[in-house]
Amino acid sequence: MQLLAVEKLTKSFGGLTAVLNLNIELKQGELIGLIGPNGAGKTTVFNLLTGVYAPTSGSITFCKNDEKVELHGLKPHKICKSGLARTFQNIRLFKDLTVFDNVRIAMHKNVKYGLLSSFLRLPSYRREEKEIADASMELLRIFELDGKKDEYAKNLPYGEQRHLEIARALATNPDLLLLDEPAAGMNPAETARLTELIKWIREKFNLTILLIEHDMSLVMKICERIYVLDYGILIAEGTPDEIRSNKRVIEAYLGEDVSNA
Amino acid sequence: MVRDKLNSQLVKRIILLLLAYVIIQLLIAVNIINDYLQATLVTICINIILAVSLNLITGFTGQFSLGHAGFMSIGAYTCAIITMKMPTLGGFVLGVVMGAIMAAVVGFIVGLPTLRLRGDYLAIATLGMSEIIRIVFTNLDSITNGAAGLNGIPRFVNWTWLYIFVVGIILLIRNFLKSSHGRACIAIREDEVAAEAMGINTTKYKVLAFIIGAFCAGIGGALYSSYFYYIKPDLFGFLKSVDILVIVVLGGLGSISGSVLAAILLAVVSTYFQSFPEIRMILYALILIIIMIFRPQGLLGSKEISLSVFNRASKFFAFGKGEK
Repeated sequence: MQLLAVEKLTKSFGGLTAVLNLNIELKQGELIGLIGPNGAGKTTVFNLLTGVYAPTSGSITFCKNDEKVELHGLKPHKICKSGLARTFQNIRLFKDLTVFDNVRIAMHKNVKYGLLSSFLRLPSYRREEKEIADASMELLRIFELDGKKDEYAKNLPYGEQRHLEIARALATNPDLLLLDEPAAGMNPAETARLTELIKWIREKFNLTILLIEHDMSLVMKICERIYVLDYGILIAEGTPDEIRSNKRVIEAYLGEDVSNA
Repeated sequence: MVRDKLNSQLVKRIILLLLAYVIIQLLIAVNIINDYLQATLVTICINIILAVSLNLITGFTGQFSLGHAGFMSIGAYTCAIITMKMPTLGGFVLGVVMGAIMAAVVGFIVGLPTLRLRGDYLAIATLGMSEIIRIVFTNLDSITNGAAGLNGIPRFVNWTWLYIFVVGIILLIRNFLKSSHGRACIAIREDEVAAEAMGINTTKYKVLAFIIGAFCAGIGGALYSSYFYYIKPDLFGFLKSVDILVIVVLGGLGSISGSVLAAILLAVVSTYFQSFPEIRMILYALILIIIMIFRPQGLLGSKEISLSVFNRASKFFAFGKGEK
């Protein structure tokens, strides 16, 4: 079943076209990679999908329970509410807040109690706050961060900050998770652990995942399909094996001479 | 078990709050707190209300506002005009409520377009807003008596009213900040892009913080006009906004108890220096500079001290007597 359809997506910044006529299709439950050399426009695609940028043209359609939502032109918080969550390439945690608060904040979109309830601490406030606290602790336990719930996010080691960002994204209860270079800056052992974790959360939370990654050991190992972007244009699409032997991909990464040699 | 503990804490807190009220009320009754000190006490209370509400906007939501005196003046004028027409207790209560609501409405109207701006730009826009409000009050001769101001506003404010409003506002804002809505505001301060990506409608929460802040500042202004008989537009100029901001920064951006502490400290310092009028402002400024050099994050940073300090203190003393 189709979850996300991107059609003819284009984004220009003045004279520079960062993404041109991009078509992507994600099916429910897939784990897809988006790769490409530096400056290929991968993060721009993420920013378009999550509403940080408005597309110049093209459409983004999200299908949830047979209901189609047009995401292009929506504000980021609306897009998050329809079921997309993301992490950031350069970690964007709420640094001066605790690990626990980072996750609790992301549960805000499901909060039903109103302002009066929070001013006066009515029963609905107490009940829902307890639910939020319990659910947050459960998420932290999965990422083995429950012991550090009262630490400031900025004081966590780098790898754990990456994990916390994923935990925070999951706290928004998404259908589609976008991971922007989750393994950046990790050593091989940490990357291997992360690879297992990504596989596992996909099953556990019934997710569809789209990830940007430079670490090929991770991409080739877990992605079912891969899209390759170069200068904002989609140059290849296929299974890891197909991509590995694709001439245009090798050219984009290593230059023409190498593939001709 | 946990519930019992919570309840006993609640009881302790209520007792402490009542005790603070009764002690000061007694001191006023036996005239140890004379008229002059009472005016200082009123100033402290009003400054606490203003600083805590500005802290919600600037310290917790991260929106740098230089227009708080504008909201205060709306509350002051609304309450003054209503109580002068209806010099009864009912009129006073109506005046405070209407003052707060008027300030909140203006906060909403002003906040919606200006909160798209960030940092310095927002500061200048809010500064402009409060100047516009001041000039409107100066020129609305028929209603506000222009630059000469309103005189002979009936006084209804006493220690009891002030205490109710100060404690009430602090409690409501604290409760708000500990709710999911309050956490949404704090997330905006921390990282607006991430907050938005986590499903928080940042525009809505910025405007909301602005409205709540303006509402409380309106109450502060209303209490001011009702205590000091006399208001004029000049009282609510740029310097007043800066005064409030100084309290917030000094106490710590993001600390309610810090604002309370700083409001008290500055009033005490300023009262104490009354005896050396020539160098008073110099010493005052010097103290600010010294605190900012040694505590750039403010007296309390973003930490809070709460009434549990007294709990710990009482346990400490109980320990000496061999209990627990």
